[in-house]
Amino acid sequence: MNDVLYLAWRYIAYHRIKTGILIASIMLIIYLPVGLNVLVDQSAQQLTARAGATPLLVGARGSPLELALNSLYFESDTPALTRYAEAERIGASELATPIPLYVRFRSRGQPIVGTTLDYFEFRGLSLAEGRMMATLGEAVIGATVAQRLSLGAGDAVVSSPETVFDLAGVYPLKMKITGVLAPNFSPDDEAIFVDVKTAWIMEGLGHGHQELASPEASSAVLSREGNRIVANASVVQYNEITEENIDSFHFHGDNAEFPLSAVMAVPVDQKSGVLLMGRYQGESDASQIIEPLSVIEELLGTVVSIQQFVVAAVVIVGLATVATAALVFMLSLRLRRREIDTMFKIGASRIHVSGTLVSEVIVVLVLAVLLAAVLTVLTSQYGTDLIENLILS
Amino acid sequence: MSYISYITTAGPSSPVTRRYTLAPKAQELRRRRSCTHAICLIVIHVKDLFFSYGQADFSLRIAELNINDGESVAVTGSSGSGKTTLLNLIAGIALPASGRIETNGVDVGSLSESDRRKFRISAIGLVFQEFELLEYLTVLDNILLPFRVSRALPLTPDVRDRALALADEVEIADKLARYPDQLSQGERQRAAVCRALITRPPLLLADEPTGNLDPANTDRVLDILFDYANREVATLVTVTHDHDLIDRFSTVIDFKQFHASGTAEQPAEAVPPT
Repeated sequence: MNDVLYLAWRYIAYHRIKTGILIASIMLIIYLPVGLNVLVDQSAQQLTARAGATPLLVGARGSPLELALNSLYFESDTPALTRYAEAERIGASELATPIPLYVRFRSRGQPIVGTTLDYFEFRGLSLAEGRMMATLGEAVIGATVAQRLSLGAGDAVVSSPETVFDLAGVYPLKMKITGVLAPNFSPDDEAIFVDVKTAWIMEGLGHGHQELASPEASSAVLSREGNRIVANASVVQYNEITEENIDSFHFHGDNAEFPLSAVMAVPVDQKSGVLLMGRYQGESDASQIIEPLSVIEELLGTVVSIQQFVVAAVVIVGLATVATAALVFMLSLRLRRREIDTMFKIGASRIHVSGTLVSEVIVVLVLAVLLAAVLTVLTSQYGTDLIENLILS
Repeated sequence: MSYISYITTAGPSSPVTRRYTLAPKAQELRRRRSCTHAICLIVIHVKDLFFSYGQADFSLRIAELNINDGESVAVTGSSGSGKTTLLNLIAGIALPASGRIETNGVDVGSLSESDRRKFRISAIGLVFQEFELLEYLTVLDNILLPFRVSRALPLTPDVRDRALALADEVEIADKLARYPDQLSQGERQRAAVCRALITRPPLLLADEPTGNLDPANTDRVLDILFDYANREVATLVTVTHDHDLIDRFSTVIDFKQFHASGTAEQPAEAVPPT
């Protein structure tokens, strides 16, 4: 038996490239449906867990999926924007607690989530370091952000401009990190949280600048008509909110009209939730209310359908691969006819010759299965990362 | 002449007997062997053999052929005359349609296929014109191959030592880790010869072993085969086309006398050697 395995191994080792390709092909055919299944299961589990923990989302009419993905996972494009008035409307109804969300900006690739302290309480997020944000320009970062960007309390993050060519648009805002959240193993670990007003400052709806009444700004003043002062572009505009300049920051316009990407509504009870949903059923309403779990389950239904198609395709490809592998083996046997004849002539036993050939096939299959199993285990271990990096991104 | 080999063929004409002598060293070694009974002298005995390849236009009929222990026999003849077929019949690789072949006193045709394989790997060393080394095995593994493909031959440390000694003897000891495609033609055939000798077979069957070799390597390979045959008093049956080599053999069989084209139903009779 040892000799049979030895000869099989020598053959495989000598033809390592050919064998490697064969093993890789078979391994992929085994792994693809199994790995895909694991991946879909894990993604479903992850998606539904987060969605299930989020009762209702209110946003502008548009794609419910985009609204859900942006609000739950801080991924996908920013959905159609709603107004802060929507949060006030929900609060006024007393049916639910509104948690505003403004997920539009990023810093070094990480999403910046403008919200209120209610969000942390609702998600059960706690601090591992520092304190919660308290004033404009302060930020709290998720555990993964802290690790990935090597940041901690006392450091700063700068919001990324939306486009380098938009000179009149969003300016980078430097924000002080006041705390780092404990790992939550959710998209919150990947986010930078700021107060929603800080997000509006990034938007350009609020700003701080040099006091125009001061003597230093006199050269920038073009005209004064009562309280109305017109200045030129030389007025210093702050891109960092500090204790010294925080009082100069102000907003132009009505807060109620300021944008939000969504409002998370936490109903007082189940009945309140139903009542709240009823209030958004009018077709004339510019807003929509969604149950994230329903939206995500619909998405998963589509994903599972696609998965079934993919698995069916993989099975067909698998059959073709098995047929090809069988052909390769038969051609290999033909090419090895002389070798087999030689072994027969010198007196090799039939068991040894056929055993060697069968062992080669078994070794190839076992290696392919083992590799597929290792890949499947890796997929189950790092499936979440794969989902986030490969699918959601 | 202490030892006499008899090659007898029968056909339409009367039987003819020819005498050949063995090398003196072999004679001396032969004397030391325990077998003293006259019948033990005959290592290959063919009687009333008829063989044909199915529907192919080829048949072979040998009325009688005896080859003695320790003899070195050159089998010559034109291509397709059946020289290789004879070696295959002696080795039990092919079976006759009728008649009897005894090799080392064993009626090869009466053995099961499994037993024929065991018999072959234990008692016969085969050398091929194309060397037939396995490309994926090192030289050492090729030499040890008979011990890896049959339960009849256990691979022991002694066998490994013998493989090393043989490789050293044929001057390929420094190439044991190489693969056949990393060897010269002569080195490949020497490795193939080592594979044939590793089981210490009493009978060596070589099918044009020097057919692909230059003169220098031809002499070297033949020296190795003859040295072994003389040392071990083994019988050497070699198919060759090279008439320059015939003088080295104690017996020569011109094969065209055993073979003639014809149908299986009406095979040509063998003609006695001249």
